[in-house]
Amino acid sequence: MRFEYTVTTQNFTTAGEASSNTKKTLKLLGIDSKIIRKASIMAYEAEMNIAIHSEGGKILLDIEPGLITITALDQGPGIENIDLAMKEGYSTAPHEIREMGFGAGMGLPNMRRCADTFDITSNPGGKTCVVMTLTI
Amino acid sequence: MELREIIELLDCDILNTSFELNRNYEKAFGSDLMSDVLAFIHDETTVLITGLVNQQVIRTAEMIDLKLIVFVRGKVPADEVVELADNQGITLLSTKASMFDAAGILFEKGLRGID
Ligand SMILES: Nc1ncnc2c1ncn2[C@@H]1O[C@H](COP(=O)(O)OP(=O)(O)OP(=O)(O)O)[C@@H](O)[C@H]1O
Ligand SMILES: [Mg+2]
Repeated sequence: MRFEYTVTTQNFTTAGEASSNTKKTLKLLGIDSKIIRKASIMAYEAEMNIAIHSEGGKILLDIEPGLITITALDQGPGIENIDLAMKEGYSTAPHEIREMGFGAGMGLPNMRRCADTFDITSNPGGKTCVVMTLTI
Repeated sequence: MELREIIELLDCDILNTSFELNRNYEKAFGSDLMSDVLAFIHDETTVLITGLVNQQVIRTAEMIDLKLIVFVRGKVPADEVVELADNQGITLLSTKASMFDAAGILFEKGLRGID
C-alpha cells in the first residue's frame, strides 16, 4: 500500500501536512503507538528538510506486512558532503529558518536514530533521497 | 501537576478551547529548537515551554502527542495557529514570565525535566 504526499518548498503554512497525514494513516491502520511516534518524527524531519533545504519534493509512505518504509525524495539541489550533513549540530539553515525553530542540525541524526534502517543518497546538483524503514 | 495549577502558578491566559483542568503533567521541556523537542521529549505528560509561536510548534507537538504548550514572555500565536492546535486537541497557554522564570516556578512546585 503506497501513500504519496507532496511537499512544497519554503511554504511554512503547509509544511507538516505530509507528516500529519502520514501519522493519521498509520493510526487508522491500527499501527502500534510507539512505531507511529517514530514514523512521525522521521516523516516530519524529512518533510521539513525538503521544505527548508530543497526545491520541493514528496514523502512516500509504503506499508507492507511487517514493514513501514518512509521515503523522502526531492528535486535538488543535493547535499555536497553527506558525512558532514549527518553530524549532530551541522546545519546550513539561514537566519530566518533558525528563527522559526529549525537549524539545530539534529534532523538527519534524529531520523537515523528513530529508523531501523536509514539510507541517504545525494550528490551536489542532484536529488536527495532518504529511505527509512521500521519493522512492525 | 494538574493543568489548573500550572495556569495558576504562571498566571496564564488560556488561548483555546482544548483544555482539561485536571489533566496531569509530570515533566517539562523548555526549547526553541524543534529538532531538540522531537529528540528529547519521550512522553506525553511533558509540557513544552517555548518562545516560538508559529505553526511548526504545533506540528512538532502533534508528531509526539504533546498536549500542552506554554508560550513565554506574553507571546500569543496567530488565529490559524490556535485553530490548528484546537484541531489537534493541544492546549495553548500564554504567560508573561520568561522561559527561565516559568521553568523555575514549575520546578519549585515539583515538575521535573526530562530524563
Ligand atoms: N533534502 C535536502 N536537500 C539539501 N540539503 C539537505 C537536505 N536535507 C538536509 N540537508 C543539508 O543537511 C544539513 C543537516 O540537516 P539536518 O536535518 O540534520 O539539520 P537542519 O535541517 O539544518 O536542522 P534541524 O533539522 O535540526 O532543524 C542541512 O542544514 C542541509 O545543509
Ligand atoms: Mg532538518
